[in-house]
Formats: sequence, structure tokens, C-alpha cells
Amino acid sequence: MEKLEELRLVVSSSPHAQSEETIEKIMFYVILALMPAAGVGIYFFGFNAIRVILLSVVTAIISEALMQKAMGRRVAVKDGSAVLTGLLLAMNLPSNAPWWLVVIGSAFAIVIGKQVFGGLGFNIFNPALVARVFLIISWPVQMTTWPRPLPLFSKALVDAVTGATPLGLLKAELLLKDNIGEVANISMIDLIIGNVGGSLGEVSAIALLLGGIFLIYRNYISWHIPASFIGTVIIISGLFWIIDPTRYAGPLFHTMSGGLMLGAFFMATDYVTSPITSRGMLIFGFGCGLITILIRLFGTYPEGVSFAILLMNMVTPLIDKYIKPTLFGEVKEGA
Amino acid sequence: MNGFKGGIHPHYSKEKTERLPILDAKMPERVIIPLAQHIGAPCEPIVKIGEEVKKGQKIGEAKGFVSAPVHSSISGKVTAIGKFPHPSGRDVLSIVIESDGKDEWVDGLIARPDYLKLPPEELKKIIHEAGIVGLGGATFPTHVKLTPPPEKKIRIIILNGAECEPYLTADHRLMVEKPEEIVEGLRILMRILNVQYGYIGVETNKADAVSRLTEIVARIPKEKLAETYVERSGIEWTKEVDAGPNIKIIPLEVKYPQGAEKQLIKAILNREVPSGGLPMDVGVVVQNVGTACAISEAARFGRPLIDRVTTITGAVVYPKNLRVRIGTLFSALIEECGGFSGEPAKIVMGGPMMGIAQHTLNVPVIKGTSGIVILPKAAAGEKDFYDCIRCGMCVRACPMGLLPNMLGIYGELRLVEKGEEFRPMDCIECGCCSFVCPSKRPLVQFIRYLKNELSIKRSRAKEKKEAVKV
Repeated sequence: MEKLEELRLVVSSSPHAQSEETIEKIMFYVILALMPAAGVGIYFFGFNAIRVILLSVVTAIISEALMQKAMGRRVAVKDGSAVLTGLLLAMNLPSNAPWWLVVIGSAFAIVIGKQVFGGLGFNIFNPALVARVFLIISWPVQMTTWPRPLPLFSKALVDAVTGATPLGLLKAELLLKDNIGEVANISMIDLIIGNVGGSLGEVSAIALLLGGIFLIYRNYISWHIPASFIGTVIIISGLFWIIDPTRYAGPLFHTMSGGLMLGAFFMATDYVTSPITSRGMLIFGFGCGLITILIRLFGTYPEGVSFAILLMNMVTPLIDKYIKPTLFGEVKEGA
Repeated sequence: MNGFKGGIHPHYSKEKTERLPILDAKMPERVIIPLAQHIGAPCEPIVKIGEEVKKGQKIGEAKGFVSAPVHSSISGKVTAIGKFPHPSGRDVLSIVIESDGKDEWVDGLIARPDYLKLPPEELKKIIHEAGIVGLGGATFPTHVKLTPPPEKKIRIIILNGAECEPYLTADHRLMVEKPEEIVEGLRILMRILNVQYGYIGVETNKADAVSRLTEIVARIPKEKLAETYVERSGIEWTKEVDAGPNIKIIPLEVKYPQGAEKQLIKAILNREVPSGGLPMDVGVVVQNVGTACAISEAARFGRPLIDRVTTITGAVVYPKNLRVRIGTLFSALIEECGGFSGEPAKIVMGGPMMGIAQHTLNVPVIKGTSGIVILPKAAAGEKDFYDCIRCGMCVRACPMGLLPNMLGIYGELRLVEKGEEFRPMDCIECGCCSFVCPSKRPLVQFIRYLKNELSIKRSRAKEKKEAVKV
């Protein structure tokens, strides 16, 4: 009895059980899911891709730690969210981006995109996309000079050869010839595996799809945003393609090119900046898809995924205000 | 199989005790019997210090309608009446009885073999006098649930055998070992409320319980009754119909909180109890299977509620399902289970999802003690929590369709008015949101804060209104 008296017991409010889910674990799995696409990027763009990824991730970690210190917050770098932001930004950059561009972008993502709002959980915009758009507007030349993909083991040339992305080509051909021109000759296989010009992490549709399906399977993201985002792009681009296939590229081309896969599975699904309910997510995804395809078809920029997601990030609080889950027992009499 | 939205799949950890038969716990040398073991007004002591009492003797008289009497669980002498620690965390007026070792029943307990023919009012009185309350843990006085206002017609009685809380196996074992008492208890309930349909909901991880109950139900004789029909044309004719009770065993998906009253009704009948309402609003009364067993023992043998089945499990050397006298101290039961295995960090009365953490082992088993779960350090360690990252896991887990993330944020900031918009009063405190939260936010605790502040606010507003009227 006396021994029992000495027990030091924890007394707290129920529940007394918790799942093993943690922020670190979620971030780890998202990073893991990005690895196939990053791998393809490294395969096609070589050492430069590794350079950009490392530079971006390390800058993000340092900026996060410095900001949290400066603002008197708990330094929570080990939650992995800064690593993910750094990685996502790197995946949205051309592999030949100069080092200072990467560093400025990554620091901007963390400081302006995230920490000034109050850190993880409080930012309105996807930090990596804020930085990307900031870089595109500030240094358009460096941000749109794309190296041609060269498989790792066939490196005869230095990677100084540059070219357009498939979407860039489409814009140019339309402007010059008023039809899709050369775009019709782009191999779908190359598009799907990522043997095309573009940001180092966005080129391989299949690798991104694999990662995305993995996250859905593990319940870290739900299917609603990617499905409605990509579905909207397919439907609208398909309609235009049916009307005039000489001037509009097909839905498969639109799905597999540019940043759609990366955006739909990894950027638009960011917890903090997307709606919390399934119905809200469907609306959000639809908005992203609509804006993306409108920019691609009628805008001056060849690609619209980043702008679309950022614009919809702004609408997220509004969606969450009006779209709420159905309350249990909130049924009308007699229904 | 119908279902309810949300819910979680925690580790059930029932394997330690689910196959162990219920044993009678050692007779305690001393019991501390609290006079408040139920929701509602506490009892008044009707014995004095020094008085000899017998097992089953009433020692606390119910005060008011929403109340239930308490009985001595041993024979012996009253040695103290005063405030003692209670599993709720407060000190509660209790009666201490030292055993005389004889364990003699009180005289005058009446067995009623004709229990299924007794008038409903008499059955209800037996239940009240036996001190029966909801044994699932909520401890609401049973006779009150059986007295719905006349405008609420009850058509269905559901017995709750879901036992969805991890670790607990007391109801499971009771269904396997005493299915007959449970079914008879259900028939008594059906007679009291004049109801034709009774369902027993059992999670499918208790297949043996489902088959035992099904066997028993199949044995109930079907009576043939002549029923008169009047056709539209005016022609009257009679027909023989099965008038035996319509009792069904419903296997339920294994998902927490399957045994929450509203979720159980949704899963079995696909009816939603309206927000702020009670099961009787959809014509249903829900009782725990243990309660049904106690009802049957009270009606048939005149036995008041002086013991209950409790699972003692987790970090103890020999986990057990024990039939324990009310008033037995937790410390005695842990000793009977061979003591702790390893260092305990948290001792919970009830299951880990909704149970109450104890600060001492000197608290007695009460009518609502469905289990005593000893959690080792690793499981019970309290971590600090982080900001909400809006992952939405709590929203998907909430069986009530609430936004626990928002409730948590407003609860943390103590913004009661803002929090009210997110319907904290609909929260059933099942704990699913806190369980899944990757930021480890104590969401239920935040919501409890909001609920508490709101009920204070509402009762103040009510007082004010009444004061104006006067």
C-alpha cells in the first residue's frame, strides 16, 4: 500500500491514446513521395539538379531556424516543413538556375512566404509558389532558360544547350504560325517520362503520379483536389481540342506537360493553404484547373499552374467559411 | 451494413483479456461506497456509524427523480461516513463499511419468476429500487430513461454491446457468459416500454458473443396471438400472428466510436438523433448490455446492483475480467491482478478514449467502472503540442461532422463566442480528433473548455431571464 502511495501518475483530460501520426512523419512521407520525380530530374539534368536541390533545402532550413530564433519562437526545423518547402521550390526551378537565384528564392519562401505570417499553419499562400512567382517576375530570363534533358550516362555535351518547354513551344508556335505546329511532333512517351525541357522536378508526369498515388494510398492527401484539378484541365482542354485540334493541344498533352502533376498532387494539396472539407477541396481543385487552363489557352504566360494555385489559396478562407461538413443530426423533420 | 461517418481504428489491445472468463473478485475487507455514483442528485445516507449492515441492504436513499439508491456490497459494520476520493477526481460523501467476513444477504429480497408478466410500473420500480444506472459508464439512472414523456413514443430498444473502447472486454465476456440474462433483460425493457422490436448491436470482433446471443434469442418461444384486422370494406377477420418478441442481433463494423449512442442508432437504424436531441426523439431507448443483465437479476432474483464486471488490464501482471463489489478500492484490485508490470504512468477508469485519469489508487469501483486500464510510460507520456497545420484529419475523424480544428483554435484562445459558431455542444467527447491530430493538440480538452464556458453562460442567461420575470 505504501508503495502505491508513492506513484507519480499523469492526470490529464481524455483521450489517453494518440495515433503515431506526427508532423515530421507526414513531411517525411511527402518528401519520400517526391523522390521518384526528383530522381528523374537528376537523371535528366545531372549534377546541376542536385546542386539546386541541396542549395534550396539548406537555405530553407537555415532561414527557418534564423527566423524562428529572431521572432522568439520555438525552433522547429526538425518538423521537416522547411525541408519540404526547399525541395518543392527546387523542383519548380530550372536546373541551371544561378546559385544566388536559388538562395534568394528559398529564403524568400521561408521568410516572406511562411514565417512573417506566423510560421507553419498560418501562411495564406503556398510558400514555395510565392517564391517561384517572385523569382519569375523578378528574373524572367533566368527563370525561363531551360536546359535540354540529357540522360545521365550519355553526357557528350555540356549542359549549356537550352530549349523551350513543351508549353513554351506551344505558345510560340501559336504566335508565329497560328497553329500548334511542332507541338504535334512531341513524343507522348517523352512527356510522360520527363524527357523534355522544364523545371527539374516537374518534367516526369509518371514519377509525380506515382508519388501522388502513394500519398493518397497512405491517406496523407485526399483525392479530391488532384482529381478535380486535373479533371477540370482535361475537360476544358478536351473541349477546345475537339473544336479545333489544329490550334489547341489535346488533353493528354496538357495533363502531362508543365507543372500540372507537381502542382495538383504536391502544391495544391498543401494542408495549410487548401480547404479542409472534401467539398471545399473539390471547389478548390476546380478553380485551380479552370485558372490554369485559361492562362495556358488565352494568357501571355505559357504556364498557369503556379498562378492558379496562388489565386485559389486566396479563396481558401472563403471556401472554408461557407463549405462546412454536414453536422450529425442536422436533418430536417421527416427527412 | 449501415454505418456512420468518421471514426478511427485505434489499437484495440483486447487480446489480453477477451478470452478470460469472468472471475469473482476477492471479497474486500473494506468498501467505500460513494453516495454519488450516477448522473443526478446524490443519495442521502440512511445508516449510521456503528450500524450493522447486510449485503444488498439499501444504505443511501435516492433524492429526487433523477437519482438512484445505493446498497451495501458486503455485510459488516459502518465505520465512517464522510468525504472520500472518488474516481471523478472530487471527494464525495461516502459510506465506509468494514466486512464481518460473513457476506450475508439482507432479508426480504423477492425473487419474481413471473417477471415477464409483471406490470410495467412495477418492473420500473424494481429497477429504481435496485439502484440500476447505465453501466456503460455514463451512469444515467435507468428508470428515468424508461420514463419518456408521453408525446415521445418509443418503438425500438437497442442494447449496446459494441464495447468499442480499446482494452475493455467486460461487456464482451458478459455477452459470452450470460447471454440469457442479457436477452431477458431486453425482454423486460421491451415489456416496460411496450415495444415490439429489440436489437443488440455487437461489433464483429466479438463473433463468439454474436453466436451465443443468437442461440439464446432463437430459443425464445414464439407465441401465437389472434389479431383482428379490419379491411377497408369493413369486413373484420382475425389471423394468427407471431407475437413473440422481435429480437435481432446486429453485427457492427469494428470502428471507434461504434458504441456512442447516436452513432449506434445511426449504424443500426440509419436514423440520426437530431442535434441537441435524445434517442427518444427518434423513438429509441439505448441501454448497455451490462445494464440489461443487472435488470434481469434485479427483476428475477430481487438482487440490487452491488457488483459489476470490470476489466483490469494494461500494465498489470495478470490482466483479468472480474466481478467486483461496488466500493472495492482500485489498489486491492491491482494487487489481485499481481500488481503492476513495469512502472505505470497513467491509471484510467474506463477505456483510454473516454476514461478518467486517476491521481490515486485509493478510489473505489463505482457503478460506472467498466474498466481499470493501467497505461505504461510510453503510451501515457504527455507531449507538448504544436499549432494546427490544417491537415483535416480531425475533420475526417469526427463522427459528429464538426470542425474540431476550429473548435480547438478558439478553445485555445478562449474565444468562447467565436467558438460557439462551430457547435461545441454537439461534441460527444469521443476523442477521435485528439487521437488523430499530428500536431498532438488536446482538442477535446479545448472543446470541453468551450462547452463548460457556454453552459455557465447559458445558465446565467436563464437565471437573468427568470429574475426579470419575477
